[in-house]
Amino acid sequence: MLRPALKRASYILALILMFLIGAELQSNGFIEEMLGYQEDVVYLTGQHIELVAISGGIAILIAIPLGVLLSRPGLAHIAETAMQGLNIGTTIPTLAILALSMSLLGIGTLPAVFGLCVASLLPIVRNTYTGLLEVPAHLREAAAGIGMTARQMLLQVEIPNALFVMFAGIRTALAINVGTVPLAFLIGGGGLGELIFTGIDLDEPVMMLAGAIPTALLAIVVDLLIAMLAFLIVPKGVNPLR
Amino acid sequence: MIKIDNLTKIFDTPNGPVTAADNIQMEIPQGEICVLLGPSGCGKTTTLKMINRIIPPTSGRVFINGEDTSGLDTVDLRRNIGYVIQQIGLFPNMTIEENITAVPRLLGWDVNRYKARATELLEMVALDPAVFLKRYPKELSGGQQQRIGVARALAADPPVMLMDEPFGAIDPINREVIQDEFLKMQQELKKTIMFVSHDIDEAVKMANRIAIFRDGRLVQYDTPDDLLAHPKDSFVESFVGDDRALKRLRLVNVAQVMESPAPCVTPQDSLETALQQMEEHGYSHAITLVNQQQQPIGFVSKQVAQTTKGYCGEHYVGLKGLANINDDLRKIASLMFTHDSTWMPCVDDSGRLVGHISQRGITHYLGATYRRDGRQAAPYNLKLA
Ligand SMILES: Nc1ncnc2c1ncn2[C@@H]1O[C@H](COP(=O)(O)OP(=O)(O)O)[C@@H](O)[C@H]1O
Ligand SMILES: [Mg+2]
Repeated sequence: MLRPALKRASYILALILMFLIGAELQSNGFIEEMLGYQEDVVYLTGQHIELVAISGGIAILIAIPLGVLLSRPGLAHIAETAMQGLNIGTTIPTLAILALSMSLLGIGTLPAVFGLCVASLLPIVRNTYTGLLEVPAHLREAAAGIGMTARQMLLQVEIPNALFVMFAGIRTALAINVGTVPLAFLIGGGGLGELIFTGIDLDEPVMMLAGAIPTALLAIVVDLLIAMLAFLIVPKGVNPLR
Repeated sequence: MIKIDNLTKIFDTPNGPVTAADNIQMEIPQGEICVLLGPSGCGKTTTLKMINRIIPPTSGRVFINGEDTSGLDTVDLRRNIGYVIQQIGLFPNMTIEENITAVPRLLGWDVNRYKARATELLEMVALDPAVFLKRYPKELSGGQQQRIGVARALAADPPVMLMDEPFGAIDPINREVIQDEFLKMQQELKKTIMFVSHDIDEAVKMANRIAIFRDGRLVQYDTPDDLLAHPKDSFVESFVGDDRALKRLRLVNVAQVMESPAPCVTPQDSLETALQQMEEHGYSHAITLVNQQQQPIGFVSKQVAQTTKGYCGEHYVGLKGLANINDDLRKIASLMFTHDSTWMPCVDDSGRLVGHISQRGITHYLGATYRRDGRQAAPYNLKLA
């Protein structure tokens, strides 16, 4: 019974703190200074979102079919090896991936999208693959037994039952993606990284924060968005959130 | 009708080949329930799953209504066979309605038709459509899920059903209830059913025929009564149990064993008449007393009739027990033991006296099949003595 009370108290405390910080920032002119970057922030945020959307979208479009493919019984003999390979892939730092991507494709948006895509591929493939393998064998047997084709079984039984796990993968992937996008600036990809890194270079903390705060907010918004989608899309019968 | 012709399955395992089904040969007549029975690992499931090709046979063929199924498309074949698995296997992502209508939807029925069918099926398995159609499987009890599993298999009205220990996951009380409901449904639906069980009592209750398996071989294929009366070898004998004679009681109902018409007296008859009747029919203990509607209300004992004068209505004793003609003998035997009586009046559904059943009659009926077969009779009688 202590927990809800504690939670409420911490909310109130956080609100008071936020109010105090806001008041302080207002009084020392920080907010005004920050508003000076408004135009840049809006433009770069757009670019930033575009990078996330394109690279994340492509990653999802590639990773899900790949995960599905690897989960098919016909590919069982190479699936584990492929997953091991992808696992090793994750240990490469995202910055290194971007660098490699640049050495391959030069500078600009294309290598940035490519690098981001590769960096966010794995969690989706892995969760799609394991989610599908975790669908109980007796459900597959029941589906086959009532005369579903392999395709019907995949779409009507296997994917819906793996969907929650798949969404968890997408959520992780986009978290990595959003976190890596600022680095895309380093290979000429644009985005809010421009404000952050330039701010650091010029020793202008306000400029840096003008990039960092929207980046952080964006990460939170994207995460909430995915959580909401998962809540809505995963069928009620297999959705632990409902 | 299902005909299984020389069906064999050999699994290749790391420890060498395992023959799970060895030249199985059997025929299940139209509209009957055949129970595949045997200890765990004897090949029941393998045999069953070769019918709808969940397990592809190593050799041999399956005919359904005379048609060789190896020529049919696997998906078509399965859509025409109802399939109930032990784990129930309802799709958790679908509502009960979606689960039940899975096959009709695969077959391309239109919406109104399959929705109506879902309602009809839920009523058939004794669940309220208004409550259950929109629920998800996890919101149902085990017994309710099992009913839905059966409803799903019945949805497109397939002539043949395969059921692998369908009631295995339910507690004993609910299992009896579901078995009874299922038998009642089967009386109307007349499906040809192959049913796997490892429980002899379930088999005796459900089956028209029982197939006993051992180590991948079909050892005996008989009606429950024949199986219990004449187990083919010591394996079958030990599998059906020491109390196999008692199990047979369940297979016979009162109407088959009772002696009728039954002599009786009315309250207006004198005790003298009662005594006369008893001597005429050779009753050594008592005679039934009925009211004007021919309903038994008690009995007049011979001792009283011999020593007293008067009318039956003044000197009778209340009934000890009553047998309905549809009761099985197990219930009657139990009643007789409880009331320490050797006979009982039998009534029809309107409660009118139609006959008498006696312990001697029951023993005689069961004994008839044993006497038919001299080899069996001797050890059986010895056991009783
Ligand atoms: N997929 C399989 N691979 C190898 N052996 C199997 C397989 N399925 C069943 N078996 C073996 O075949 C035999 C019969 O199994 P099963 O038909 O499941 O028995 P039951 O249903 O009577 O318990 C067992 O010895 C079992 O170990
Ligand atoms: Mg089995």
